[in-house]
Amino acid sequence: MTDLTIDLGFIKLKNPVIAASGTFGYGLEFAPFFDLSKLGGFVVKGLYFSPRPGNPPPRLVETPSGLINAIGLPGVGVRRFADEILPQLRKIKTAIIVNVCGENEEEYASVVEFLDKEEGISAYELNISCPNVEKDGLCPALDSEATFSVVSLVKKTSSRPVITKLSPNVTDIVEIALSAQEAGADALSLVNTLLAIAVDVEERKPVLGNIFGGLSGPAIKPISLRMVYQVVRRVKIPVIGMGGISSGRDALEYLITGAKAVEIGTANFIDPEASIKIIEELKDYCEENGFERIEDVIGTIKR
Amino acid sequence: MIKDPQARIIGKENWKDYYLLSIESPRIATQAHPGQFVMVRITSHSYPLLRRPFSIHFKDERNIEIFFKITGSGTGILSQKKSGDTLDILGPLGKGFHAGETLRGKDVVAVGGGRGIAPLYFLAHELRSHGAAVKIFYGGKSHEDLPLKAKFEENGFELFCSTDDGSLGFKGLISDYLQTELQTFNPARIFACGPEPMMEKIAEISQSGDIPTEFSLESVMGCGFGACWGCVKRIRKNNHEGWVKICEEGPVFSGEDIIWTEVEK
Repeated sequence: MTDLTIDLGFIKLKNPVIAASGTFGYGLEFAPFFDLSKLGGFVVKGLYFSPRPGNPPPRLVETPSGLINAIGLPGVGVRRFADEILPQLRKIKTAIIVNVCGENEEEYASVVEFLDKEEGISAYELNISCPNVEKDGLCPALDSEATFSVVSLVKKTSSRPVITKLSPNVTDIVEIALSAQEAGADALSLVNTLLAIAVDVEERKPVLGNIFGGLSGPAIKPISLRMVYQVVRRVKIPVIGMGGISSGRDALEYLITGAKAVEIGTANFIDPEASIKIIEELKDYCEENGFERIEDVIGTIKR
Repeated sequence: MIKDPQARIIGKENWKDYYLLSIESPRIATQAHPGQFVMVRITSHSYPLLRRPFSIHFKDERNIEIFFKITGSGTGILSQKKSGDTLDILGPLGKGFHAGETLRGKDVVAVGGGRGIAPLYFLAHELRSHGAAVKIFYGGKSHEDLPLKAKFEENGFELFCSTDDGSLGFKGLISDYLQTELQTFNPARIFACGPEPMMEKIAEISQSGDIPTEFSLESVMGCGFGACWGCVKRIRKNNHEGWVKICEEGPVFSGEDIIWTEVEK
């Protein structure tokens, strides 16, 4: 019997597979397909303090093996989340991670302050890296000082572990990763989507209502994997890898590279049961390759 | 909502760029209502990446049908599938048309533009089974865009056809044809699916005649079951305007709730 559990230090996961924020709704959307407690965890859709409408459509455009989205983080806000959604999530025996957003540092802190009073949340994932809510894709994760500042503030406010989600749209992701670590982040998750556009050649205009969007899906995997490779060598805190994972083998690339866990994103849309299949494939790999524990696979990449 | 990863294609028809696939999926078929849709996975590879949404064109106890036109790479690949191939489909999804007993004995109209005719065949049968008298308005650019004409006629539906080029039926837009015909009768409800300008025009016409309407909207969809928030349109709800998910709260909306000018962005 393979042991798939993962110890992130601040939290133990049943297995290394976490459904990624923005692709998993509030979790309940996937309950018709499988038992959510089989997941290592899931990250609910990004929450601002107040409800938000999101961006005007079109919000999605498909590209070769990829998807550009400019959803714009619509959501119910913290109050409705706490009153209507969280009570249902508490019954699910897995790690519930809340993706925390803010238009400024104070909002990140106020979301965390509000949610800290609520039971049933395992950790926060600080979304400082969404590319399609601010003009030209601006977000704190593009700058090491801004990252340090917001992570420090949230850490002061939060009684729970804080995972910081990084942006790939930077020259040196290691610099930002070190900044987040120094500010007290308990873990890093990387990467968010790649800033991207698509053009309608008949209309000769950008396809997306927001012009800019974030590219995800299999197309980005080599890039996100490279960033995980760079970051795990330099930080001491656990790294959660994501970007284009749609199979057990994809997940293994990240784990072997040194990610302690993985997040599954776009694949959830194409196959709502993708995460469950990936867990099965990880188990098969361990059995076939003589690993009793998945933790023994992590970081085993040879030079 | 059911995921059927091994739904077998048991029949295929083709008229130029238009295709009809019959797919064996008893669990989806038994639950399906007119106006609902399925998400079809085009390939097990990563291109095209996303599933594609298709209205349920018809069903019986075991099978569903989808009707589509080749409009891009996804539908192009789907058109190459053969009888005996299997498809991975999710469905039935969304909320369909209201085609119940309240329409018994009443005149109703279903307007389809081009491939927008897809959900109306199932709807027409449902309406008739509830005792409504259904008039089908079916428009396209030319006679080649009306491949289902014979099928509706063979099934005894009263059909009004239009083409932009006049190659079949009324010459002009189907909405203009409808407007002309509405001078002679007053339907209890108009259902429509097709290009947005067509639907917007029908919304205008019906509003002036105070006729309730239901429109089936189309959108690119990421998932089809409410998780991605990608397929929104501007909808009025409880006196409040907002972006509403077509997949979850639609694809059928009451005409008075749709903010048309915001829809076409």
